[in-house]
Amino acid sequence: MEINIEHVAHLARLGLSDEEKKTFSKQLGNILQYAENLNKLDISDISPTSHAILMENVMRDDKVEKCQDIESIMKNGPEIEENMFKVPRIME
Amino acid sequence: MSKHETIIGLEVHAQLKTSSKMFCGCANNFGDPPNTNICPVCTGQPGTLPVINKKAIELAIKTALATNCKINERSVFARKNYFYPDLPKDFQISQFDLPLAEHGFLEIEVDGNKKRIGITRIHLEEDAGKLVHKGADRIMGSDYSLADYNRAATPLMEIVSEPDIRTPEEAKAYMEKLAHLLEYIGVCDAKMEEGSLRCDANISIRPVGQKEFGTKTEIKNMNSFKAVMKALKAEELRHREVIDEGGTIIQETRFYSEETEKTKGMRTKEFSHDYRYFPEPDLVPIAPTKEWIEEIRKTVGELPDKKENRFIKDYGISETDAFFIVSNSKMATFLEETTKSYNNPKAIANWLVGEITACLKESKMTFDNIALSPNQLAEMLALIDNGVLSRKVAKEIVLPELLKGSNSIQGIIKEKGLTQISDEGELVSIAQDIIRNNPKQVEQFKSGKEAVLMFFVGQVMKATKGRANPDAVQKILKEALKK
Repeated sequence: MEINIEHVAHLARLGLSDEEKKTFSKQLGNILQYAENLNKLDISDISPTSHAILMENVMRDDKVEKCQDIESIMKNGPEIEENMFKVPRIME
Repeated sequence: MSKHETIIGLEVHAQLKTSSKMFCGCANNFGDPPNTNICPVCTGQPGTLPVINKKAIELAIKTALATNCKINERSVFARKNYFYPDLPKDFQISQFDLPLAEHGFLEIEVDGNKKRIGITRIHLEEDAGKLVHKGADRIMGSDYSLADYNRAATPLMEIVSEPDIRTPEEAKAYMEKLAHLLEYIGVCDAKMEEGSLRCDANISIRPVGQKEFGTKTEIKNMNSFKAVMKALKAEELRHREVIDEGGTIIQETRFYSEETEKTKGMRTKEFSHDYRYFPEPDLVPIAPTKEWIEEIRKTVGELPDKKENRFIKDYGISETDAFFIVSNSKMATFLEETTKSYNNPKAIANWLVGEITACLKESKMTFDNIALSPNQLAEMLALIDNGVLSRKVAKEIVLPELLKGSNSIQGIIKEKGLTQISDEGELVSIAQDIIRNNPKQVEQFKSGKEAVLMFFVGQVMKATKGRANPDAVQKILKEALKK
């Protein structure tokens, strides 16, 4: 099973060396090959599984609870300006 | 011009009126200082887990019921993966193959023709944050950007129409109808200019009679109902021109510019998407019970179309006035409240559509935060009927005061001495004075020019500062002039 490793790496914004590309191509190919086995099964009567647990309707009431430590979140930004996260130019 | 028909489908995003965000307890508030409504969940810190806001589901179900949709027995949230600085988690929680509701419709009217526009689906997702671009007034040419995540993960409802729309006018009518409905049932503020309601359009053209759709383009950045129509008109024309010249339309996203009134393509590479949707592992499915849906159905209330018909039939209000009043849910409620203590809906409607709307406009106020209460209007109208206030004084003095926030009509009347002059003797002596001072007009009247009577009525009204009853004044003047 072939995989377009460069496309996948770009989607995940990962820069891979040639060596890594080779390794991961092979590993991901094997995983796909394994999953390919499922195609041999007749699953026409089975609806897709979205979750492994049989729970439904887990919800919370619409109540405001203010976060007590926004400062720690802001610290995660490498640069803050006007209390906003500074990000590099988006469009070249 | 080629014989082509236009095919339009709209994707509408509506911000839901909840107190808290979609998956966490942060406030869902517009206009707060940047990054004051954020927490580990909505900024995607490792190890945090989202929990669905029940109210958001209820508002979406309410919308589904009001748009004749079928509510799915089971719906699932999914991750849509992409990178953009306004998306702190690097994925958006949305819905994909199992949306909350499907197969609805909305009825629109264009030039007197009614038409049904299908609704493909309604699903829930989270909104993105807001970006402020620095060094230029837009993203193009800016040096860097600043991200404010207050809006990130606030509840957003997407309503997708079928490609049933055939003209830009129909698109505008559909948007207006939908906005009105959403505002009416209280799920969204529905203000396109403020971004609480947004619209993307898919448009294509095909030769009349052809079954297959032509290549479509997606139009973004339409910030008003009018812009929706103008953008689609411009894009429709562009498609026709390209095809007439033997060219082909490229499937792409295009941005509408208010200034040029044209659409412009984005470089396709930036928008080539591969979202890799998969079921959100941290949220279990939603399976609304019949009981829950019925409970929500009770909160939908009377829909605008039905209300309008009732106003016309039961209240005897004209079609135009009924449409005007119902188009503002606050005004419609106001009318109904006022009828509880003043049983002349037509008169109330006249004041709402006429004097009250004009007075609000003049003082640059809106009906949304009107200071006048239904009880006050009822009291004022009753005082006019009883002859205590003249119409003119009510309109020119009492109403503006009430709209400014005065809370006692009796207080205004006392303070300004506005009680209608009911003492006939006083009016007779005023009338006589005026007759004496205008011999020329008396001559004209006596020679048969009866229209001059209105001149005298005007003079008396002026002398009494509008505090006289015009009918009584006419009667008195007629008698006095005969002498």
